[in-house]
Amino acid sequence: MLCDSCKERDAVVHLTRIVDNAVTQLHLCEKCAAAKGVETTLSVPQHPLGDILQAVQQQAPSTSEDAAACAFCGATARDFRASGRLGCAHCYDAMEHSLRELLRRLHGSSRHVGQRYDAPVTHVLEKPDSLHDLRDRLRRAVEAEQFELAASLRDRIRQLETETV
Amino acid sequence: MTSPRPELDLSLLPDGGVQWLDASGPNSDVVISTRMRLARNVSGYAFTGRARDGERLRLLAQVRDALGGVPTLRSSVLVRLDELEAVDRQLLHERHLVSKELAGLDPQHPVRSGAAAFLGEQAGLLVNEEDHLRLQALRSGFAVAEAFGAVTRLDRELGAQLPYAYHREFGFLTACPTNTGTGLRASVLIHLPGLVLTKEIGKVLAGLQQMGLTYRGLYGEGSEVVGNFFQLSNQTTLGRSEEELQDLLVRVVRHVIEREEEARRVLVRDAGYIIEDKLWRAYGTLRYARSLTFDEAMNYLSGVRLAVGLKLITGLSVYTLNKLLIFAQTAHLSHGEGRVLTDGEANLARARYVRQVLVSEGGGVE
Repeated sequence: MLCDSCKERDAVVHLTRIVDNAVTQLHLCEKCAAAKGVETTLSVPQHPLGDILQAVQQQAPSTSEDAAACAFCGATARDFRASGRLGCAHCYDAMEHSLRELLRRLHGSSRHVGQRYDAPVTHVLEKPDSLHDLRDRLRRAVEAEQFELAASLRDRIRQLETETV
Repeated sequence: MTSPRPELDLSLLPDGGVQWLDASGPNSDVVISTRMRLARNVSGYAFTGRARDGERLRLLAQVRDALGGVPTLRSSVLVRLDELEAVDRQLLHERHLVSKELAGLDPQHPVRSGAAAFLGEQAGLLVNEEDHLRLQALRSGFAVAEAFGAVTRLDRELGAQLPYAYHREFGFLTACPTNTGTGLRASVLIHLPGLVLTKEIGKVLAGLQQMGLTYRGLYGEGSEVVGNFFQLSNQTTLGRSEEELQDLLVRVVRHVIEREEEARRVLVRDAGYIIEDKLWRAYGTLRYARSLTFDEAMNYLSGVRLAVGLKLITGLSVYTLNKLLIFAQTAHLSHGEGRVLTDGEANLARARYVRQVLVSEGGGVE
């Protein structure tokens, strides 16, 4: 079989590609396959989050949630839109309203009906913040330019430091 | 500068980590493997992507301490991805034991400090992946209930030792909202050459998307479809229970297997000798070629696998075909040669390896 591209050399790469549910077959010689680099890869469905995030964003103009930073990790709704990833578990509370809408769009529901979970008893009581954790959070807040959060973290670190002295 | 040598001692892994290749499971000529994965995060830390190095290392230490109370992983092997050479990380990924993200194989996202895997016989645990914890169980063939049983057991044991991030309304909280809720990705790796050759695959894939399933390539999210191997999995994780998600996968995959078998019957009926000739040519190429790229090898292996399924070629086991699928990949070949191979060298080594296996394990081919 001849290469579909140069029609000169024998095809040695046989690709089945599926794009938008249409199947095509491509037979290429090694040279053309290499030259086409990108062409030898196949497309898989796009990550659904990109489009949906944009749609949610357009529908819901900036709200108070938008600029507010998560008190635990300092991430904002803007960070989430840029990366598609939430910063920590507390972000779910900080962005509860818009996330509920997003989850509905992604999954058709925002209500978990699967396995229920209770954290082990020894961990249920919130353990006091360690200086270690607070310093990590402070650095992160400064990097993210979350200065209000950084200031409150700094105060708590100072307080803890004086308590331990 | 000398290139790094592969150092990972594979004998330490339970069953070499490739028990799922043994073709012992149901429908294993069509369904290579079943994988169940649960995404979980631990309260008190930022998610992995936002966590600092120190936080990820502290999380890993906390997980390690907790494993004393987790019988499923008590005799597991800890692999620190962040201390391995790239070729070893790639090998673990080629064996489907760790994800591409955890292995840090994308040059733009190098391996993170604290990236680790606890590999046990029944199940595995990835730490500091996109989520703090990814629990997974992998089984040979179409074995949804068995794989789910193993991963659920691990989840119960681990959740009693570590406080998971959980929300009354949203369920288990994950870094990406596409995993929120159950955190369950139930998937099968399935070989569908009949549907591709009869050009029915487009309709089948569209149908399964309507049913709430999605498809990916051999290595999951973002990977290519090569050799007619597809990974089928649930698209949504919220609003349906774990049992409903499993039932959905089982129902749809059963239907896809039937469609594949039907397509194979049509091929044999309407194009018998053309198919037979094409598949034997694939075998001939694998048996005698002196250089094989990975995609080439995958495509010819797909043909031979179909020929074995149609009983056009006998004397070759599905296990041998599965083994070729995994062991003919570049990092595995590098391990065999004891040094990191260039692409060109890997093509030669691949052809040599495939020839050897076909001679030693397919002696009775006719």
